[in-house]
Amino acid sequence: MARYAGFHRPNRPLAVYAAVFSIILYLPILFIPIFSFNSGVYVKFPLEGFTFNWYWDLFQREPLLQALWNSVRVACFVSVLSTLIAIPAALAIARYRMPGKTPAVSFIMLPLVLPGLIMGVALLTLLNRMGVTLSLVTVTIGHMVICLPYAISVLLPRFIGFNRSLEEASADLGEPPLRTFWRVTLPCNMPGILACLLMTFTISFDEFFMAFFLSGAQSTLPMYIWGQLRFPQDFPSLLALSTLIILFSFVLIFASLRLAKIGQPAQQETGR
Amino acid sequence: MISIRNVSKTFGRVQAVRDVSLDIRAGEFFSLLGASGSGKTTLLRMLAGFEGVTSGTILIDGQEMQDSPPHLRPVNMVFQNYAIFPHLNVRDNIAYGLRRLSVPSAKQAEMVDEMLEMIALPGYGDRRATQLSGGQMQRVALARALILKPKVLLLDEPLGALDKQLREQMQLELRALQKKLGITFVLVTHDQEEALTLSDRIAVMSQGAVLQVDTPAGLYERPRNKAIASFIGNMNFFDATVSRMGPPAVDIPGFGRMMLNGHDNGRPDGSAALVAIRPEKLTLHAAPPAMAALKGVLQTRQYLGGREMLHVGIAGRAAPIAVALQGDQDEATASLSQGHPVWLTWKDDALLVLDAE
Amino acid sequence: MTATDVRAGRRTRPGALTRFLHRHEGWRGYLLLAPALILMAAAILFPLGMTLTMSTWSLSGYDIDQTPGVGNYAAMAENPMFRVLILRTLTISLTCTLFTVILVYPMAYFVAFHTYRNKALWLIILTLPFWTSYLLRVFAWKVVLGYEGVLNTGLLSLGIVFEPVAALLYSQTAVTIVLAHSWAAFAILPIYVSLEKINRTYLEAAADLGDGPARRFWRITFPLSLPGVVAAFILMFVPTMGEYITPLMVGGPDSMMIGNLVQTMFGPMNNWPAGAALAVVMMVTIALAGLVFIVLNKLVQR
Repeated sequence: MARYAGFHRPNRPLAVYAAVFSIILYLPILFIPIFSFNSGVYVKFPLEGFTFNWYWDLFQREPLLQALWNSVRVACFVSVLSTLIAIPAALAIARYRMPGKTPAVSFIMLPLVLPGLIMGVALLTLLNRMGVTLSLVTVTIGHMVICLPYAISVLLPRFIGFNRSLEEASADLGEPPLRTFWRVTLPCNMPGILACLLMTFTISFDEFFMAFFLSGAQSTLPMYIWGQLRFPQDFPSLLALSTLIILFSFVLIFASLRLAKIGQPAQQETGR
Repeated sequence: MISIRNVSKTFGRVQAVRDVSLDIRAGEFFSLLGASGSGKTTLLRMLAGFEGVTSGTILIDGQEMQDSPPHLRPVNMVFQNYAIFPHLNVRDNIAYGLRRLSVPSAKQAEMVDEMLEMIALPGYGDRRATQLSGGQMQRVALARALILKPKVLLLDEPLGALDKQLREQMQLELRALQKKLGITFVLVTHDQEEALTLSDRIAVMSQGAVLQVDTPAGLYERPRNKAIASFIGNMNFFDATVSRMGPPAVDIPGFGRMMLNGHDNGRPDGSAALVAIRPEKLTLHAAPPAMAALKGVLQTRQYLGGREMLHVGIAGRAAPIAVALQGDQDEATASLSQGHPVWLTWKDDALLVLDAE
Repeated sequence: MTATDVRAGRRTRPGALTRFLHRHEGWRGYLLLAPALILMAAAILFPLGMTLTMSTWSLSGYDIDQTPGVGNYAAMAENPMFRVLILRTLTISLTCTLFTVILVYPMAYFVAFHTYRNKALWLIILTLPFWTSYLLRVFAWKVVLGYEGVLNTGLLSLGIVFEPVAALLYSQTAVTIVLAHSWAAFAILPIYVSLEKINRTYLEAAADLGDGPARRFWRITFPLSLPGVVAAFILMFVPTMGEYITPLMVGGPDSMMIGNLVQTMFGPMNNWPAGAALAVVMMVTIALAGLVFIVLNKLVQR
């Protein structure tokens, strides 16, 4: 579409602002990897030397590896369970007219606007009165509550944009609802479902607010890091660990967002 | 074959289908014709099972079906946007419904090949569904439905997306196919020409209700009211008063008395009525004819390629009368220009008397 | 193969449940929604109810006295420190939110109006940091703002200051900055979405009628983006109100927020009823603020 140059002039100051903004956004995070390779113990300029030591050190630490494993386990459960619950929920919201749908949906999306502190404390209160001991299981439940709304919000636009007549055609040709889901809906929405799994995994893996209140004897990785923050001489190891985690999260989320096609319009699956 | 009895459908506060009753015979090509919002697609979807009925019953081949989900009905549908599965190839698309029936794969392959021959796409089996053109996808959709040998085939505006040439070709093919297979076809369309060409019978729908069910000729020649008369083809209307002094006739202002041979429909003397006549049933004269004629002035000529529509203004009447001329015209008529006086005549049985509105 | 062969397996009468579900679309929907609703009821509704109940109990010695009463609330109302705490929390949240919304608006504008093919990429780039561990981000800021941290040693070595700036860390300023950075994504996205939705032809029409770029912005773009701005406000305000990690890590004694008090009550002080009461008060405050914003939203969506 031809535009005469005068109307959409590139706005130099704005572009500079955008660049500066992006840099400042990433800067604090970038310092972590930078100092994780620094041979000096204290985090300050000037840099002293380059080393991989802090990274090797990580693998010696038993509690760290244990916490890592705990986080992975929890995240796996959370992502699978949240996705399993989110899929029928998103389908229902996308497809059916239901009385009281809006309040019901708002209720389900509530965790997006409740501070983690409140949810964690509330859940803790209930669990305590019920006599349930805190453990990785309680953390899993807490995480599922947060992840479900995110999972639904990833899947919902995909299901809404999904050509419904494909499912109708399948039913028309004789397949009952579950088989229609298995043969048509699932394969065609695989990217979205994968995105959902990846995103919920990452959210759970990095989550701290609620884990703080709901953890028992076994800690998740963020809890472990929290515990280690008290020891300044261990800072560089923490930096190394953090770098790895950040890298890992970046990769997962990048893949997930690409798969979920955030920002691109929903595409019709069948040509016309 | 299909009995629709007092079926209604309400969406929230909107009534999409109002108390519709229809009977569709086995082996016929039946069309639901109407504008958008007339309820025709909703009715079709209720036949297929994608919408439940709010009230009423639907019987297919004698069995009550309105509570059955779509996968349990002996009915198959061809969708408006074809709904071809993008993640399967042509062969798997066509054979989709066979998997459930545990048809052995050798037999399946044979049936699919048969189908591919029938839709004139032999050898296309391994193509990805997304590589096909619109017309090809539509045929695959047809094959996919027909391979299951349904009792009824439903078609939801299947030709809407095709260009004119292709559409007309497909119309002929569809008609031939239906005749050959003998399956009941129910077609939904807003294109009256399509309905008139393809159907054995048509149900004209408007705002959720059925206005008239008749054969194409019946609808064209004997529309039951003004809505249908003007929906199908063009129509000229005259306000008139019934006269029963002497033989049945109507008084048309500006013309006088018109005889109604055989059109006596029991209307009382002096009542208002609407007289209608098709443009092609009017005869145009460049000079005053021997019989009684309606005098007017030629306003415009509309060239339609092979035929012309002439618009004639009549004194005392706001809207001009449309007169259709087909084929070759004599010199006098061909040279008529704007402002020239003309005379219109017609045969008595060309008139239709409808209720005044 | 005859028609009956092919479809022999097909004709089964639908069961009563199938018929019912086919008739009633709403029930089908709720059946699918049920697991989600059950989870939410179990993990939010009941816990919140329990919290409310506990807030009416009180601590007596090491046990919890379960006689319902408003003792905790009364104690809060009487305690002037509490009022200070709430006010401070509100102040920090509001300034932080305002500060962030103003700063991210031009960025969102840039992506909405000055990028053409890479919008998805930009959005990913802008939101990526927020998907990483919250804890690590705050930690990173600690590194940057510390007395011997990056910013200070950098400034020192560049000769801009002669002494490390102590106020950078462990202060309200630090908390505000870090909160702004932590939750900025919640502000960027709604503003971006509302800017993106603006029909460009409105702007073209305005230009056609004689408005220059600045007037076009103030008369058309900005008003139309207000719903997004209000949404950004709410989405940032709520989590910042519930913050306790950031104040703990980068805040000083004068920058503790309500969240910290709640955490203390549930932690070292072991006064769960009081903590529950505080949590309830927090929720009510947030709900009130939310209502204010919703009203604003309605006003703005003419």
